Amino acid sequence: MIKNVEQLNFLRDKMRKEMALRRGVEAEAAEMGGRMQILVCGVAGCQSSGSLGVYNELKNLIETNKLEDEIKIISTGCMGLCALGPLMVVYPGRVMYTKVKPEDVAEIFQSHIMEGKPVERLFAVDNDGTKIADALGQHSFYTKQLKIALKNCGTIDPYSIEEYIGVDGYQALAKVLKEMDPEDVVDTMKESNLRGRGGAGFPTGMKWAFAASQQKRQKYVCCNADEGDPGAFMDRSVLEGDPHSVIEAMAIAGYAIGSNQGYVYVRAEYPVAVKTLKAAIQQAKEYGFLGQNILGTDFSFDLEVRLGAGAFVCGEETALMTSIEGHRGEPKPRPPFPAVKGLFGEPTILNNVETYATIPRIILNGAEWFNSIGTEKSKGTKVFAVGGKIERTGLVEVPMGTTLREIVFDMCGGIPNGKEFKAAQTGGPSGGCIPAEALDTPIDYDNLIALGSMMGSGGLIVMDEDTCMVDLARFFLDFTFDESCGKCSPCRLGTKRMYEILEKITQGKGELEDIEKLEVLARNIKNSALCGLGQTAPNPILSTLRYFKDEYMAHVVDKTCPAGVCKSIIKFKIDNELCRSCGICKKHCPVGAISGDKQNPYIIDQDKCIKCGVCAQKCPFNSILHRERKGV
Amino acid sequence: MRNVNITIDGIKTSVPGNYTILEAAKAVNIFIPTLCYLRDVNEIGCCRMCLVETKGGKALQAACVTPVAEGMEIYTHSPKVVEARKVNLELILSNHVTRCQTCSRSWTSCELQTLANKLGVEAVRFEGEATKHTQDIGVSIVRDNNKCILCRRCVSVCKNVQTVGVIDAIGRGFHTEIGSPFDRKLADTPCVNCGQCVNVCPVGALHEKTDTDVVWNALNDPELHVVVQTAPAVRAALGESFGMPIGTAVTGKMVTALRMIGFDKVFDTDTAADLTIMEESNELIDRVRSGGKLPMITSCSPGWIKFCEHYFPEYLDNLSTCKSPHMMFGSIIKTYYAKKAGIDPSKIFTVSVMPCTAKKFEAKRPEMEVDGLRDVDAVITTRELASMIYDIGIDFPNLPDDVFDDPFGIASGAGVIFGTTGGVMEAALRTATDILSGSSTDNIEYEEIRGFEGIKVAECTVGEVRLRAAVAHGLGNARKLLNQIKAGELEVDFIEIMACPNGCINGGGQPIQSSDIRNWSNVSQRRAEALYSEDRNMYVRKSHNNPAVKRLYKDYLGMAGGTLSHKLLHTHYHEREKYPEID
Repeated sequence: MIKNVEQLNFLRDKMRKEMALRRGVEAEAAEMGGRMQILVCGVAGCQSSGSLGVYNELKNLIETNKLEDEIKIISTGCMGLCALGPLMVVYPGRVMYTKVKPEDVAEIFQSHIMEGKPVERLFAVDNDGTKIADALGQHSFYTKQLKIALKNCGTIDPYSIEEYIGVDGYQALAKVLKEMDPEDVVDTMKESNLRGRGGAGFPTGMKWAFAASQQKRQKYVCCNADEGDPGAFMDRSVLEGDPHSVIEAMAIAGYAIGSNQGYVYVRAEYPVAVKTLKAAIQQAKEYGFLGQNILGTDFSFDLEVRLGAGAFVCGEETALMTSIEGHRGEPKPRPPFPAVKGLFGEPTILNNVETYATIPRIILNGAEWFNSIGTEKSKGTKVFAVGGKIERTGLVEVPMGTTLREIVFDMCGGIPNGKEFKAAQTGGPSGGCIPAEALDTPIDYDNLIALGSMMGSGGLIVMDEDTCMVDLARFFLDFTFDESCGKCSPCRLGTKRMYEILEKITQGKGELEDIEKLEVLARNIKNSALCGLGQTAPNPILSTLRYFKDEYMAHVVDKTCPAGVCKSIIKFKIDNELCRSCGICKKHCPVGAISGDKQNPYIIDQDKCIKCGVCAQKCPFNSILHRERKGV
Repeated sequence: MRNVNITIDGIKTSVPGNYTILEAAKAVNIFIPTLCYLRDVNEIGCCRMCLVETKGGKALQAACVTPVAEGMEIYTHSPKVVEARKVNLELILSNHVTRCQTCSRSWTSCELQTLANKLGVEAVRFEGEATKHTQDIGVSIVRDNNKCILCRRCVSVCKNVQTVGVIDAIGRGFHTEIGSPFDRKLADTPCVNCGQCVNVCPVGALHEKTDTDVVWNALNDPELHVVVQTAPAVRAALGESFGMPIGTAVTGKMVTALRMIGFDKVFDTDTAADLTIMEESNELIDRVRSGGKLPMITSCSPGWIKFCEHYFPEYLDNLSTCKSPHMMFGSIIKTYYAKKAGIDPSKIFTVSVMPCTAKKFEAKRPEMEVDGLRDVDAVITTRELASMIYDIGIDFPNLPDDVFDDPFGIASGAGVIFGTTGGVMEAALRTATDILSGSSTDNIEYEEIRGFEGIKVAECTVGEVRLRAAVAHGLGNARKLLNQIKAGELEVDFIEIMACPNGCINGGGQPIQSSDIRNWSNVSQRRAEALYSEDRNMYVRKSHNNPAVKRLYKDYLGMAGGTLSHKLLHTHYHEREKYPEID
């Protein structure tokens, strides 16, 4: 139990020494007797590619060689470079190994650990083909990143509160409790210009100020960890890799607004995050950072976890609170805003995981420091989960103002297989697509809105030339019409009708009138839905219509899908100029739709063709196509 | 509440700061269309019909739930607003079964149809898949989700007002529907059949299980002697179905119409209400004097009885054992009347016209029979009576008045006021005080138990006996009252509980007034006034002075609470499981 700041500082200093290798201070490390520390990513991404086997193999080798005292293995949170997982980092030297398989471990052990010769073949390869040992320091995936929210992710053991304390954990809480009045904390948050990382970008300090000004005995601090955008995993990574930063920030928020109770609402589909978070809360209670009289002050704060049952809408603040209260998760009209009347009818603030994870740094480094990062109206950094048609999928944290080009091409290595970048979707089903023309726009809240998208929680899905934008819109509407809570009529019925129209268009049955209907529906649903889910549901349609209307027209007027995606309307055709009449296609066609021989040209019977694409795949001369040949 | 200055469609005005935009607009005579909104019942802003534009606001706001704020500039009919409303209404229509010709609500009070006409919707542009549901046909209530527009009024009234909560939204997105837990039929839930859901439904998704065909069949059967009785609250509302002003008492016209329909005898349930008072007062005095179970709780409201059986079984012994008035009447008709008129009781068919859907369930309770004959053979609601009147083309408003038949043609004012909250209590007190004091009291209007306060308390001392009475209407208030008593916060001897808010005048079987009327005027108040006014004009205002009742006791029953009374007029209750296992 840490009863005061002195004890906290004592423990921090002790842990700093123990973690000296990771700070690159080898002299200090030598004092402690530790020779080496090996970090293995132990969370969802790397775990699914087999990091547990790597960890066990390594542990086994160390134990058989009785090196436990010299070599410490630490299972960490996400290091970001998920595409190259499982990842392992060896200190001293910060050597990163990528795509490590259990069978590689013996070699690493023998060569690197025993003989001091790093295994080059497992280094990360940069854009120019060079192999980089200290990827964290030198690989272009990392060099443009600035980690604030993710600062501790992948560098500490998320199950050790002491390691967190060793990297200045709970110092921010100590600072506010000992040196600042609640008003000062709110002022700092206001001055920092931090905007909510959950999507809408509402100024966090202003939200806190509203709640702080309410003269109520009971107030609540809530954390939104109901990350629901397809492809987004920023919040999960923070909870899995650095849960204490969220706990610390929530306690700070409690102090600032005058609340003694917090709730973290996590989706149940994040079992690792839930387990890590619960363990961290337990530790924080044991160490006295949660509970009564924290750090010997009058301030008391407690935290509970609530699991979401998998409804996307429960990421909406009022629905989230309704769900915590034990009701069907449905949004309520605002005003009254939660800061006035929220959870159980009491003043409540809700921030998302990433927002909270940023806060301890702001408290420690000051608002001015935070203001030095980012653009004029969007300060600090933003974490993006980059996925889709991209070379290096993963998690990046960049200063606001970084361009999409920098993220997609410089950091994440561009589009695989030499394909062309077509668009990127930010904000998930609530966002919109950003076309190639906008690759150089500095990313911040306002620019994304001007582009017809939104920051959202930070999902960034990259699409290449093989993506049909109408089909993409259909995909997102399929998601929202299913995830609509069903409370308000424009969302419940409108998303369904928009989906039906998109379905009709992708099946080649669309009429010009349908595009007009889509526009009318999209505009009105945006204007009239009850909550953010409905109001933003039309965004994928509006933005694809804005940038890729020609694709809609192609589906509707020409009955073709330029990207060759929409099965109902694509036609596989044999280019007789290129066809050498080898007959391979005919042999492989599962439905006997291809006829022809040496004398008669090969043709595909469109009535029989099931568009499986096998013929095109098997043709050795690339003569079977289902869309316009590029550049023709 | 301090006033705030706002501008609505260019009109500068000042309204109390707790007003919604809807209320503020109403104050300057601007009509903002609503659909899901029902004042004090359903204020959730989900239909998105009352959208308005506010200066500086990004999305449109629902006027029904958005409070005004200082300096607010509101546009209630801007092009953006008009388009959004129309689109939203078309969307709602796109998933609504529009077989209006055969819908019971289309010719009376379909709010969806009215709105579509008002907003000038000429076609539905956004047709698509429609959700398909099977009807849930119960003894009292029929739910047809194919017509449901998910306004949630029924959910709110059931959950928040009645605290029964057997229906809610289930499923999500396009497939959201109103259903009960585990998607059971209402009959397999602790639904109490109060029919408040029916009363608030803006469309035809909820209605009573109609029994008019059963009644017509009986009327057309030459073998049967068909006797009808009408509850007090029916006369206060029936006229509304024929365009008469709310609060018009139509007792005489109703009797004429019933005769024209072909009933052999037309009796007044008020007479039975007087009989109930005799039995109930007797029971109360007996309990008070003999140290029986108190507080005694009235048993006239079958919705309340089922509620008690499900939710407060520990109070079953507190319930008066009296059958409800129309059930008493049913057994009297098949015994005393049959004998007196010389008719074979098995050839008598008794019909009750009730403001109530729960009475349909009550009449089917197995114990409601005497010597193998059902007390009441059919129950129809006020609305069903109106439809029967329409069936035979009667010009109701222009009918002459007629009077009820003997031997039950006389009722007291006490019986009449049974139809509104506090009425049973007032009637009982009128009689109990006289019995206890042994003289006739002049002061008979108990103002403290009139009106629509949720829980009302009164006390009267007669000689050495002090009677403390409480009245609750609406099951939410009933629950609150019983919990107060349970917690020892309130001590009373006698309680009147009516399942429906404001009593039978607002029963689940009464003519449905659209929200446009309900939101801005107190329909119950006007209906109650009709009853109180009829009471004031009555010659006999106390049940025990009703000569018909006196004669009944003298000729047949003997004394109140006697053996024959117990056989014919009293009943028993049993605990009911909330969610019994079903196959």
